[in-house]
Amino acid sequence: MKKRNKVGRLFVLPSLFGVLGFYLIPFGDVARRSFLNAVGNEFAGLENYRQVLGNQAFRLAAGNTARFVLVCLPLLLALSLGIAVLIQNQRRKNLLKSAYLVPLAIPAASVVLLWNVVFDNGGLLNGLLSHFHLKGKNWMETDAAFGVLVFSYIWKNLGYDVILWLAGLQGISKSIYEAARVDGAGTWKCFTRITLPNLRPVAFTIVILSFLNSFKVFREAYLVAGNYPQERIYLLQHVFNNWFHELSVDKMAAGSVLLCMVLILFVLMLQRSWERD
Amino acid sequence: MKKAISIFILSFFALLGISPILFLAAGTFMGNQEIMDSIGPVMQDQKGYASWKLFPAFPTMKNAVQLFLDSPEFFQMFWNSVKITGGILVGQLLFGTPAAWGLARYSFRGKKFIYLLYIAMMMMPFQVTMLSEYLVLDQMHLLDTSASIILPGIFSTFSVFIMYRFFCGIPESILEAARIDGAGELQIFFRIGFPLGAAGIISALVLSFLECWNMIEQPMTFLAKKNLWPLSLFLPKVDSGNAGVSLCASLVALLPAVFVFLAGQDYLEQGIASSAVKE
Repeated sequence: MKKRNKVGRLFVLPSLFGVLGFYLIPFGDVARRSFLNAVGNEFAGLENYRQVLGNQAFRLAAGNTARFVLVCLPLLLALSLGIAVLIQNQRRKNLLKSAYLVPLAIPAASVVLLWNVVFDNGGLLNGLLSHFHLKGKNWMETDAAFGVLVFSYIWKNLGYDVILWLAGLQGISKSIYEAARVDGAGTWKCFTRITLPNLRPVAFTIVILSFLNSFKVFREAYLVAGNYPQERIYLLQHVFNNWFHELSVDKMAAGSVLLCMVLILFVLMLQRSWERD
Repeated sequence: MKKAISIFILSFFALLGISPILFLAAGTFMGNQEIMDSIGPVMQDQKGYASWKLFPAFPTMKNAVQLFLDSPEFFQMFWNSVKITGGILVGQLLFGTPAAWGLARYSFRGKKFIYLLYIAMMMMPFQVTMLSEYLVLDQMHLLDTSASIILPGIFSTFSVFIMYRFFCGIPESILEAARIDGAGELQIFFRIGFPLGAAGIISALVLSFLECWNMIEQPMTFLAKKNLWPLSLFLPKVDSGNAGVSLCASLVALLPAVFVFLAGQDYLEQGIASSAVKE
């Protein structure tokens, strides 16, 4: 028995060494550096953290990122849940699922051209709006750029979340619905009283995964607009990139530790609020 | 009526999903003149709005031919992508699969901690690990080599997590039976774990493939030499001269990903779903 578990450890060790060597130990070093001055030889206390938190670019990016998450998460979750519920009883379910998942496979670089053609001043979207006698705008260079980013995120992640919700929906036994129908419950009542409560455990994972995927939207933002995009879509990754180019190791170190802590706190808080009731 | 509305909504989003492929596919077979006629208002300060046709009026292979015969740098990037993605996938198979097996099927001291560590690592976006990865790659003199992308990619813990979920689903009784028959632990892993967990391994690899093929942040940060850049960093330059070639290049860039996606779609779905539902 004991020998066998020793073998089990051997299975894990090679991978663990890699994780420690490439991620955990270097991150420990970065955490240490975050308390040192810029040259890295003197203890600076919380000075780096004060600088980062006072940094205008960081504040702008943190605010934008937070706003982005707050707008996108509920929107994506609701939309994908709605689609998952609608798709459940469709005959062409598999075909539709594929279509929703396709954006996951499309590299950001391939989308860039299309985004330009759609959202430019003389682009397809404004052309469409003009048909309805609506006035378009320059989507990428005004505050509307934020909306374009929200759209990109939802476009990219919709299929992923639909699949996740479907997995949750499959776990709800049909007999509960039948019993409720017999008792005279309507579609809406079934949805709010049976579907939603039963999806709670799955929803936790979906919120976390969608939240983490929201950090990847930088790709589209970067490829469409470069290192210095419109102010509203200046995200955390932009700040980190720009610090990287200035070689501000002290700021980057403090910034990554801060972000790491915020993420862990967010997940723990979410977990607690989920377990409470 | 209700049914018609739901079909309309579902089809609308489905169309939205595949529209980029339709757009690029049409553009690939258009001549430069037709492209400029369609999207002139975007390229130059022409009056009016862009338009797009689903089928080219004058189909031509000119741009496709030019891309394949006349742009060595595009092929260099394509090859770089293949190298990086292939290296990471093979590495994940070699290191990640046993790790997932070990975590799923054995109990030993520190296992819970390692599991939590892997989950935490999986959740960290690139911004968090960017500096630490850079520093360690610098120390190992790996910056500006493909290894700077491949090695950290191998140890990304997301694929371990997916495979772990599937390995947990194999009934213990099968392993017990094999042990009674005298099978060693390694044999059990190769003869039982691999075939019975194949769906998990494949779905982890499909998800990893899509991730690697679309990688942007890592190569942008760790590779200064442009001749090492993967296709995901190929920025289509859009001007009147080469819009057609750019469209064609964008299509070629997404073909491998779409191909893997179509071939592995069932596994992809299983992989995504596995993270939602606990056994």
